[in-house]
Amino acid sequence: MVIETQGLTKRYGRVVAVEGLELRIEVGEVYGLLGPNGSGKTTTILMLLGLTEPSAGQVRVLGLDPVREPLSLKRQVGYLPDSVGFYGEMTAWENLSYIARLNGLPPALAKARMERVLERMGLAEVAHRPVGAFSRGMRQRLGLAEVLLKEPKVVILDEPTLGLDPEAAQEFLKMIQSLKSEGITVLLSSHLLHQVQAICDRVGLFHKGKLVLEGRVEELAQRVLGGAYRIRLEATPLNGLAERLQALPEVSRVQAEGQGLRLEATQDIRPQVAKAVLEAGAALQSLVLEQPSLDEVYARYFQEVRHAA
Amino acid sequence: MQRSSAPRRREGSPWTGLWAVFFKEMADHLSSTRMRILEVLILLSAVGAVYAGAQTLRQTISEDPFLLLRVFTAAQDPLPSFVAFLSFFLPLAAIALGFDAINGEYSRNTLSRILAQPIYRDALLWGKFLAGLATIALILLALFLLVVGLSLIFLGVPPSSEEVARALLFLLATLAYTGVWLGIALVTSVLFRSAATSALAAIAVWLFFALFWGIIAQLLAQAVAPFDPFNPESELRQTEALLAFSRLSPNTLYAEAIQALLNPGVRSLGPVLISQLEGALLGSPLPLGQSFLLAWPQLTGLIALTIGLFAVAYVLFQRREVRA
Repeated sequence: MVIETQGLTKRYGRVVAVEGLELRIEVGEVYGLLGPNGSGKTTTILMLLGLTEPSAGQVRVLGLDPVREPLSLKRQVGYLPDSVGFYGEMTAWENLSYIARLNGLPPALAKARMERVLERMGLAEVAHRPVGAFSRGMRQRLGLAEVLLKEPKVVILDEPTLGLDPEAAQEFLKMIQSLKSEGITVLLSSHLLHQVQAICDRVGLFHKGKLVLEGRVEELAQRVLGGAYRIRLEATPLNGLAERLQALPEVSRVQAEGQGLRLEATQDIRPQVAKAVLEAGAALQSLVLEQPSLDEVYARYFQEVRHAA
Repeated sequence: MQRSSAPRRREGSPWTGLWAVFFKEMADHLSSTRMRILEVLILLSAVGAVYAGAQTLRQTISEDPFLLLRVFTAAQDPLPSFVAFLSFFLPLAAIALGFDAINGEYSRNTLSRILAQPIYRDALLWGKFLAGLATIALILLALFLLVVGLSLIFLGVPPSSEEVARALLFLLATLAYTGVWLGIALVTSVLFRSAATSALAAIAVWLFFALFWGIIAQLLAQAVAPFDPFNPESELRQTEALLAFSRLSPNTLYAEAIQALLNPGVRSLGPVLISQLEGALLGSPLPLGQSFLLAWPQLTGLIALTIGLFAVAYVLFQRREVRA
């Protein structure tokens, strides 16, 4: 177990930021801490690093207590904050070398590692330019370079794709995924569910300071969406088609959506649907089985919570 | 997860990473534009003051055994003395170096990144404070040597060893005085999130002591020990009360300390009664040790104030949340 918390709670005055968190993260996992802004993700991360003190509960990261043994913990854990900032008037190289000195790396080793991480993040060519002129994407990569500088066992990334354009975000996620192959445990937080869905082994969904759902993405979909198969179809004309499809025994729900229909069924019944559409004399334009997405799981879950309340 | 296995005390030294922070901050200070401006200002005023002072002293060169010390304190209208210049500019220099020490890290979003490194917050605060102090010490030393060199050129009289010792003690007092202002700037930089507010607050404190404290001290002294025209003792009491109140200001402490250190003829920093002067050889200089003793309470006061202010900044900073 790399990260383990028991009843972790943080209160700011009367506001409860994190409540009774039970988190267990295994070696080499990529774990996604997901949830809307202000749901307690960053507070949790700060407590894991010992940057803020828990109000109650226990934390162990690599078997160390962040409050009592912060130095050996922070020597092995890399952290990339959500709005990462650098000293703008210093170059990328100088920024990294400051961090290397704070980590107490001997100069020769620091130099070798800095060259390696800058090369790996594709920043070798701009290493001697002031960071003030860097784009958001470059800063983010420099941040990851800094995290890798100490050759960490655990990497904690807070909103790593925030503010990046889709292409840069994809590229950045790929870099994060490559850490997994090196045996580094990754904990990342995000509110952009669809982006991180692809790279996370397991995810935990936060809501108002509580971890409300946890598991593999497929498992969650199964649990929350009730194992339904969703089929989207487009056809013309649509008149009367809905009733006809509703009549199929496997179909549990039909909804009009834009130019087409959305079905929920207990099985993959695409052939039957196609047949029904053609029999009704309509032209079938598309027929797709939708993969369950985390966004959907999330939206559905909170819909249910709201209904229950 | 056994709680018992965790050590009771926090591990490692709070000084880990101190020197990394120190050298980084000092390099920042020495290369910053704000430092250039200060250097030019201080240099110009120092050279002007020393030149004017030396001009006055040339006429009386053979009558004074403490020529170097006179160079520091001699004023010629309209220019104030070198010491007066220093006591005016150094607080500003210290505030300029310290006002954005901590809130600058917040506004650049670098604080959480730095604190995620294996160091304690102690190292960051100490490193910044010491770097500011060292930068000022560096300027002071350069300025001091410049003044000594200039006065040698203008006056052509080498200083005695006692003069050099007194001048070095004066340097120490000046550093302690600057430390107080650096401490104030550090406290405001922790208290206020905006660098502009912090600078303004520190300058307000400076203005308060430079302009208003004298008046307030007088009012307080009058209130505490009212003057009775039929009781001569009440006058003495009022004077003592005034002195006590004005000594709450670092400016007064500094002025008194350098008065005792740079003017060997000064025998007391408070009111002197005629009876106390019995048998004294008026105008004869005190030995260095006695002058130092005279300035000792003021010196320790300044150093204590510096440490106290640093402690306040330290406590405030330790309790501050990392999140902006």
